[in-house]
Amino acid sequence: MTELHIQAKALSKHYGNLIAVDELSFEVHSGEVLGFLGPNGAGKSTTMKMLTGFLAPTSGTAIVKGHDVQQDSLAARKCIGYLPEGAPSYGEMTVRQFLEFVARVRGFAGRQVQKAAGDAIERLNLSTVPEQVVETLSKGFKRRLGLAQAIIHDPEVLILDEPTDGLDPNQKHEVRQLIREMSSEKIIIISTHLLEEVQAVCNRAMIISDGRLVVDDTPAGLTARSRYHNAVSMVVEDSTRVASVLSELPEAAKVELSEGELTVFPSDQPGLFEVVSKAVRDHGWKVHELKLEAGRLDEVFRQVTQGEVQQ
Amino acid sequence: MNAILTVMRRELVGYFATPVAWVFIVIFLVMAGVFTFYMGSYYERGIADLSPFFQFHPWLYLFLVPAISMRLWAEERRSGTIELLLTLPITVNQAVMGKFLAAWLFLGIALALTFPVWITVNYLGAPDNGAITAAYIGSWLMAGGFLAIGSCLSAVTRNQVVAFILSVVVCFGFLLSGLPMVMNLFSGWAPQAMLDVIADFSFLVHFSTLSKGVLDLRDFVYFGLVMAFWLFANSIVLELKKAN
Repeated sequence: MTELHIQAKALSKHYGNLIAVDELSFEVHSGEVLGFLGPNGAGKSTTMKMLTGFLAPTSGTAIVKGHDVQQDSLAARKCIGYLPEGAPSYGEMTVRQFLEFVARVRGFAGRQVQKAAGDAIERLNLSTVPEQVVETLSKGFKRRLGLAQAIIHDPEVLILDEPTDGLDPNQKHEVRQLIREMSSEKIIIISTHLLEEVQAVCNRAMIISDGRLVVDDTPAGLTARSRYHNAVSMVVEDSTRVASVLSELPEAAKVELSEGELTVFPSDQPGLFEVVSKAVRDHGWKVHELKLEAGRLDEVFRQVTQGEVQQ
Repeated sequence: MNAILTVMRRELVGYFATPVAWVFIVIFLVMAGVFTFYMGSYYERGIADLSPFFQFHPWLYLFLVPAISMRLWAEERRSGTIELLLTLPITVNQAVMGKFLAAWLFLGIALALTFPVWITVNYLGAPDNGAITAAYIGSWLMAGGFLAIGSCLSAVTRNQVVAFILSVVVCFGFLLSGLPMVMNLFSGWAPQAMLDVIADFSFLVHFSTLSKGVLDLRDFVYFGLVMAFWLFANSIVLELKKAN
């Protein structure tokens, strides 16, 4: 039984007539890395702002580590490390000054301040720029500085709004590595519009659309919702003839041909991949590429978020 | 208390890390000098006191204090750091106090740097140094009043220019509320009690007693209340923005 750490209770946020978040309820437990997915304007950032106490919910509330974010906001904020959208920081300070400021506000005193700032600099690979003025840093460094201030007090809950936005592939890899390292003993909530990120770091994914929760699943469960799940894709010569042969198979529900790639979708009979590869051998087709699809996250994403709009 | 000091320290470091502090101090000193020696006829009067120096302070502050206060919250909102600041474990009141105290202390530093005027007057004659001390304290208190107004209005908008103009207008109203220009708006229809209250709101009236060297408790209370009121309003504005 995992300990309950964050509980959102019918969290709502209205801006005039606009409903940004609509009675969102969920629970997150320790060890979970939850990915908030959703189109722009779906309410991901607004939800995070309410969890961290920056915005007051119109109705509903959230409990973070036993502290109500409205009644007991300070106690809740103490156990949260938060990277706001765009990783804002005070531009006129140096990296070290900024981190020492956050450490002091977070309750460190005396020599611990320098130590906490130094550790954060170390962890986020900022040791080449500690005396540089924040304004003059590149986007990647600024983002890492934002992460450094979020983890400086080793919080039990980390809320990161688009943590890898603006980073190059190497830096993305490093940040994801860091998130994975910390994930065992913490609750981590990240928002992102990068689907590959969810697969890389999250063990749970929530898709939010129009302020409502539409899917709550594991990344694997999410991909399994795709019609591509267990489909077989191949690049083959003479593909129209191959398509007509394959469409006769009882294991194939449908065959689609697009941009030179042939995709065979499974019917309710199992073992499509084996049957297809046997057919390839038997007919001696010239195959350049053959793969079993796990499912396509971007397709699931479009399906659930645009499906909502059409309703 | 610790949180207030931490925020205050960060703000002060911020002032001196940018040209804002240096530009402000230089302009303040130059303007104070110009007002005193040219418009105040400091030498021609032949009296060893600093009243030509202090009498222009309200007008100096009218434009220079909003120039400092306009960035207090508008800048935080524009750059997004307000989200960082207000999700740290500090209360809105602590953040408001920390930022206000830093700006007030900064104005105090600028004011203290006018000390050559004080030395000059002592060199030229034998002024009443007690009265000058009182006037300095009064001037700093009045700066705090202007600053509290500006801080609150800066939280209303993310646009610094709007914050500046709003602050100048409201400060102008407070400055002149005892004078006929403002009183004529109210006399004739408002009850006498209200007229008395409005007349009593004037920064000029309260500062004039202090600048003459009269340390009247009522003037201290007045500026204290003005600051408390506007800083309280500042917190409320920030809380309302959270709920919106």
